[in-house]
Amino acid sequence: MSWILATPIAIPFLTAVAAYLLRDKPAAGWISVAGAALLLVASGALMSAVLADGVIAGQMGTWPAPFGITLVADLLSAVMVVITAITALAVAVYALGDVNAAQERMGYHALFQVLIAGVTGAFLTGDLFNLYVWFEVMLISSFGLLVLGGTKEQLDGGIKYVALNLVSTILFLSGIGLLYGMTGTLNMADLAVTVPELENQGLVTVVAMIFMIAFGMKAAVFPLFFWLPASYHTPAFSVSAVFAGLLTKVGVYALIRMFTLVFNGDVGYTHTVLLWVAGFTMVTGVLGAAAQQDFRKILSFHIVSQIGYMILGLALFTPLAIVGAVFYLVHHIIVKANLFLVSGVASRLTGSTELGRIGGLYASAPFLAILFLIPAFSLAGFPPLSGFWAKYVVVKASLDAEAWILAAAALVVGALTIYSMTKIWAEAFWKPHPDGRLPALSSIPVRDRAFLIAPIAALAVLTCVIGLAPEPFVQFAERSAEQLLDPSSYVATVLGPDALPGEEVARMEGMP
Amino acid sequence: MEQIVALLIGALVAGAVYLMLSRSIVRFLLGLVLISNAANLVIFAAGGLTLGAPPLVPEGAEAPPALVANALPQALVLTAIVIGFGLFAFALALVYRTYTEIGTTDSDELRLAEPVDDKAMSKILVTEPQPRVAEPLKAAE
Repeated sequence: MSWILATPIAIPFLTAVAAYLLRDKPAAGWISVAGAALLLVASGALMSAVLADGVIAGQMGTWPAPFGITLVADLLSAVMVVITAITALAVAVYALGDVNAAQERMGYHALFQVLIAGVTGAFLTGDLFNLYVWFEVMLISSFGLLVLGGTKEQLDGGIKYVALNLVSTILFLSGIGLLYGMTGTLNMADLAVTVPELENQGLVTVVAMIFMIAFGMKAAVFPLFFWLPASYHTPAFSVSAVFAGLLTKVGVYALIRMFTLVFNGDVGYTHTVLLWVAGFTMVTGVLGAAAQQDFRKILSFHIVSQIGYMILGLALFTPLAIVGAVFYLVHHIIVKANLFLVSGVASRLTGSTELGRIGGLYASAPFLAILFLIPAFSLAGFPPLSGFWAKYVVVKASLDAEAWILAAAALVVGALTIYSMTKIWAEAFWKPHPDGRLPALSSIPVRDRAFLIAPIAALAVLTCVIGLAPEPFVQFAERSAEQLLDPSSYVATVLGPDALPGEEVARMEGMP
Repeated sequence: MEQIVALLIGALVAGAVYLMLSRSIVRFLLGLVLISNAANLVIFAAGGLTLGAPPLVPEGAEAPPALVANALPQALVLTAIVIGFGLFAFALALVYRTYTEIGTTDSDELRLAEPVDDKAMSKILVTEPQPRVAEPLKAAE
């Protein structure tokens, strides 16, 4: 079973090697597309295996858990890998029209594929130290992508991004050391068994907070998000799209994984902290966006604000809230990556991303206007798009939990999101271009136009599909939430049925 | 033994925080080196310190003697050192490149990606290395 778990990590790595060797040739971009397509196939196979068999685990090098490195896929991991593959394919196609020859020679495609490998590795690993290693793989390739080209803005943003992410990494590492000292294991399933048995639960909460800060920094939650709006508007558009879609979500995934599987002993403390963090993240993000006058800067602040909704779902810690968090993760990756892709085309047509210096897109490129409206309204939560259902579930869960203030905050933040989106709409699309330019799509060469528009359209269609037929996706999220809140099948699959405490086994045997 | 290492970690973290609060990015990076070594020592100390018992199997024996050092924290630290070294090398190159391009390592002056207002922008533009011929030409006018 382990090959099916390892292929989504191996494919991007092999693609990266091939793309690097051929970085001077135009074929490199196509290799990247082919690798992403293969990854989609592999992730589909993984998903169908998980849907059929439940949680699957593979021991790398056949060292039995908890001694070797375990790869595990439950429904959450599987869906994150699928959505990573979809984003990777969309961005790889977009890059054919967006990334210039100089960036390609410097190894854009190879770095991009290594980044994807790091992301899928982080989603699939069942070992905490291995998670750290995948974070580093992701980090170093994202450093490279961020400063590729080396303009002054990129270097400036890069410094802040690198500095703050390295601090987060060191906190993560210290947390790992302390947790290992207390339990003698770093296998996540094994931790789920041993951590509740520790005598000093106060110390566990302290370590949990270290992990919360480390992952919270990666996820860009309040008050640890400052690296994100400082850097995400500086690199190439395809780079910022893949960053916006995937990188912060890895942090959210790690938070969900650790705070449902391992640190679920003192929910009253840890998840209350998360609750406040979620509220402040939503509000500061959206207010930050309201103050910005640049297409990509507004979108960057909205990443922060939307992360708040996912953290809110995790913090409420009811089955419905976790459903909301999972649904939100999936919806948000598609929508946010797509908005950044649209901003790339808009900038190419009008010559800038500063809202004061652009305009006229609605009159001259109405098709792009529609492609912007779909993800923008979805982000704000208009029915019947995917964002409506994601927000609906999260708000419903917070009302059920009687978290009135947070439910109100979530709704107000939704309204303010509309304000930002209408600002982009009014400035970039409705008002005439200040220089009198008529930015029609036909001004882009046919070849580039196809590569730029096709992924945007595909992701927009996907948003509509999730929005119009949310039933299967919500059902999937429900099953995934069940697995997250009851980790016994996760633990049993990794360690074997003997690893569970007595009453758990009795309960599992009692199940049909 | 643990106490000595704990004190050492404390001293490293204190020095690191002091350096990292500086506005100079170079000092910040040096602080980062200190704190990453502190984190490595945390793993090492939390994993249990065993004095003078290397995790080796004596010649002719099937298993190591009863009391040996745990090799796993050492493996973790080794991995962390290698990764940390790579990241630090990148960060140093980045700071050097920033210095040559923008002409400053003062984090307060790094406002290109997030300009506050026009005044702040003009301050940055002034700190950039200007071509030397500009001044005398102006004086000649």
